[in-house]
Amino acid sequence: MTAYGTDLIIILPELIIVAAACLILILDPLTPRPKKELLAWLSLGSLALCIGLTGGQMGVLNLPLSAFSDLVVVDGYARFWKLLLYGVTGLTILMSLPYLKMEGLHLGEYYGFILLALSGMMVMVSGADLLTIYLGTELMSLSLYVMAGLKRSSPRSLEASAKYFVLGAFSSGLLLYGISLLYGLSGGTRLSTIAGALGARGFDDPMLLIATILLTVGFGFKLAVVPFHMWTPDVYQGAPTAVTAFMAVASKAASFAAFLRVFVEGLGGLKADWSMLFVLLSVLTLVLGNVVAIVQTNIKRMLAYSSIAHAGYALIGLVAAGRSAGESGGTSGIASVMLYLTFYAFMTLGAFAIIAMFRKGGLEGDEIEDFTGLAKRQPLAALIMLVFMVSLTGIPPTAGFIGKFYVFMAAVEAGLSWLAAVGLIFSAVSAYYYMRVVMLMYMREPEASAAEPSHLVPSPALSFVLACAVAGVIIFGLFPTPVVNLALQSVLLLK
Amino acid sequence: MADSFPWLSLLIFLPLAGAGALSLVEERHARLLALAVTLADFVVALPLWWLFDPSSSRMQFVEHVAWITSPPIHYSLGVDGISLPLVLMTAALMPLCVLVSWESIVTRLRAFMAVLLVMEAAMLGVFVALDFVLFYVFWEAMLIPMYLIIGVWGGPNRLYAAIKFFLYTLAGSVLLLVAILVLYFYGGRTFDVLALSQVTYPAAVQQWLFLAFFAAFAVKVPMFPFHTWLPDAHVEAPTAGSVLLASVLLKMGAYGFVRFSLPMLPDASRAMTPLMAALSIIAIIYGAYMALAQVDLKKLIAYSSVSHMGFVTLGLFVMNQQGIEGAVLQMVNHGITTGALFLCVGIIYERTHSRLIADNVGLAKPMPRYATFLVLFALSSLGLPGTNSFVGEFLVLVGTFLWSKAATALASLGIILAAAYLLYMVQRVVFGVPSARELPHLKDLDLREFGTLVPLVVLVFWIGLFPNPLVSRMHSTVTKTLETMARTKVAPMTHPSAAVVPPVVLSGRGEEGRP
Repeated sequence: MTAYGTDLIIILPELIIVAAACLILILDPLTPRPKKELLAWLSLGSLALCIGLTGGQMGVLNLPLSAFSDLVVVDGYARFWKLLLYGVTGLTILMSLPYLKMEGLHLGEYYGFILLALSGMMVMVSGADLLTIYLGTELMSLSLYVMAGLKRSSPRSLEASAKYFVLGAFSSGLLLYGISLLYGLSGGTRLSTIAGALGARGFDDPMLLIATILLTVGFGFKLAVVPFHMWTPDVYQGAPTAVTAFMAVASKAASFAAFLRVFVEGLGGLKADWSMLFVLLSVLTLVLGNVVAIVQTNIKRMLAYSSIAHAGYALIGLVAAGRSAGESGGTSGIASVMLYLTFYAFMTLGAFAIIAMFRKGGLEGDEIEDFTGLAKRQPLAALIMLVFMVSLTGIPPTAGFIGKFYVFMAAVEAGLSWLAAVGLIFSAVSAYYYMRVVMLMYMREPEASAAEPSHLVPSPALSFVLACAVAGVIIFGLFPTPVVNLALQSVLLLK
Repeated sequence: MADSFPWLSLLIFLPLAGAGALSLVEERHARLLALAVTLADFVVALPLWWLFDPSSSRMQFVEHVAWITSPPIHYSLGVDGISLPLVLMTAALMPLCVLVSWESIVTRLRAFMAVLLVMEAAMLGVFVALDFVLFYVFWEAMLIPMYLIIGVWGGPNRLYAAIKFFLYTLAGSVLLLVAILVLYFYGGRTFDVLALSQVTYPAAVQQWLFLAFFAAFAVKVPMFPFHTWLPDAHVEAPTAGSVLLASVLLKMGAYGFVRFSLPMLPDASRAMTPLMAALSIIAIIYGAYMALAQVDLKKLIAYSSVSHMGFVTLGLFVMNQQGIEGAVLQMVNHGITTGALFLCVGIIYERTHSRLIADNVGLAKPMPRYATFLVLFALSSLGLPGTNSFVGEFLVLVGTFLWSKAATALASLGIILAAAYLLYMVQRVVFGVPSARELPHLKDLDLREFGTLVPLVVLVFWIGLFPNPLVSRMHSTVTKTLETMARTKVAPMTHPSAAVVPPVVLSGRGEEGRP
């Protein structure tokens, strides 16, 4: 019984988040409409508590703790991702305050679902067992399906929700099938058991190959890597923008975290084989994401393809980890993925925050053309958007450059200079579509005919979110050392 | 090196601080503030000329602070005889760029000045950075301000020119980053430029690295056939932008060759010499022919830049004392002379609102002072003895002569053609007979414009008549560069990585790559 108590204390942050989510769902019907914002503050309070709890364990006490007979592990790696996820969730909630008001969505359960999704993600990053990870994935995905469809008056939002649900459920099925095959091959679902049973067998057993591919497909849907990206543009475009930001950043980060843990801790013996598979996926993702983004006219769709492309860059880090031989254990590759997604979180969240509050008439101005001449009307807003676009392109001195730098460095270290060259060439391609936004904002005159030009609706919460995002992009671009050290301390070892 | 005052940091951060301060002042004070900041920066740069020890080939005014711990990246600055003239030239040109934009920039003046100052910081940073990653950061950081200068304040076709400039240079420089990372693992896990220059790399690796460097630097120079962004960018950019492009940005490519390609990759450089010389000579002759055919003044000068930069790359890749010294001198000369010619075009454009030669005929009568300056700078550009370009081109040709007589003969054609296109331009613009309706009351130079051009005239003759102070400051650095190159004989093919590794997949593990 006492051991059980210790287990509960280890997952205290998860419990707090779930409790806060349930509390919000209970309080929602009891709260009058004008006071729904209190629920948001309640969820922010629970996040602050968790940041304190997890952050407090980061320093000297960064020891791995496992709970529930190794179903869950809270190690430095999990804490790193959890802190990132708290931050992203907090900024999303703040961004949602003015956004929901603007859209007329007075839904208290929105905050409940965000917290539920977050708790799912926390379980994913802490899962040391394939089934725990699967449960976390499902909790996250189910909450996101609902959130994608929250804009009930918009057919696009409903379509996004339905599409996301159908494809997501399908991919979950594949994931589960892969897990069951692995269970059959190794006699367990613990990552440590699987690693022990498989050893360094390689793909000589066709069942192992099939299981690995099914896992890859299942995670590939969540990560939106090509060729499992089909849902991304429609869902990102249709979902409420704050939810899109949350999906593009938090869900991607959590999926990458779990994906890395499964392949590093569970299937680490097959690294030579899966890294070949991921080379193919990353190149496909880079090519398709970047090339198709060029022709988009809707900025949410463009950022959807851009987020696909960014998953491709992050995959390069994982490939590098798999290919690097010897004692370093692929540390730099895995750390580069963690860094990349951290920096990506700031710039993507910031860009979506601007889009969410960018209004044309009463509606969301989410066409790229709506940004025409913004520098004349709102110079500061245009400058902030410029910073995000520059960072997404990966030009110094922004965090986007530092992220790419570490990923490509890991690739070169692993002897994959050609892959680094491909990645960098496509980041030059991406400059074309990111710079088009800059070009429209700064270099085109707005059409005189437009009755009400699109503009950014300011609000204190939005200013705070943008300030955080810009500060993250610039400060991490200039002084990345603390984050880098944090990532290197909390990295998983590939045995 | 006892002098520990952070001259170079001050030089870089003063304009940045100025750009920040610009956001606090009113629009109408922006010009004055920008002028004050650029002048102050020049005043900071000037003492370096005397404090610099010409007899030493070491880096001077060195600053070395850890920036990122893993991998070890340093905020490491310093100048030697090659970068010092370029730093001074950049600092000297910036006040002139502000002056020439005084009235020609009417929209968003404050933003323009801020962007100009950010450019200054990044350009100076490129020349003084001694850490390869720091260099790359400055190198790339220039892209956005220059993109904005062309795209926001440029001519009618500015959008096309801006994105073309941006994509060309970005595409070139991304491969540079891969090369930097490969060097890191082969060169003993350091990004220190001087340490990397001491390492002997396997021949196959050198070949690939040379190509990657080439992609970045040749686009910037620009060498034939990567020059096509240049006429567009030059023509559409506002005058200050054209000056920066021609005088400073083009030098960065050549600077990259002499700072990185030659000392780090001597074997590949030697192997590539015939190709590089051939491309340079093609650029010299092709650029000159294209310049002959232009009807637009800015385009004419743009193509003349292609031709003149051909001399620079030719001088660098013949790899002897005269050639490299001539090339570096020619970099400074081209910065002064071509910058001055672009200023002249900007001044006349403000009056006639046309850059076409046909619209600016016979200026000697209404604008005698202007005409004098234009003729002076044209003569300097074509390498008249007594002016700066003569010294540089002469040294380059001497260096080339030691390498190949045929190449010298071909390159000399460029000087003859330069005389042809420049004198033909002068003949029409200055001494032509204007059509009757064209002879309006053009105002001659005012005091501000006078002040913009006079410093450059002084420099033209000073370098033309007394080049020794400048050349003597380069001398020991160039000697050292050549010694560094000679140190490596042929790369040992018994080298573990050289023998095993196919050239594409550099299995760049540091332990193996280290010699």
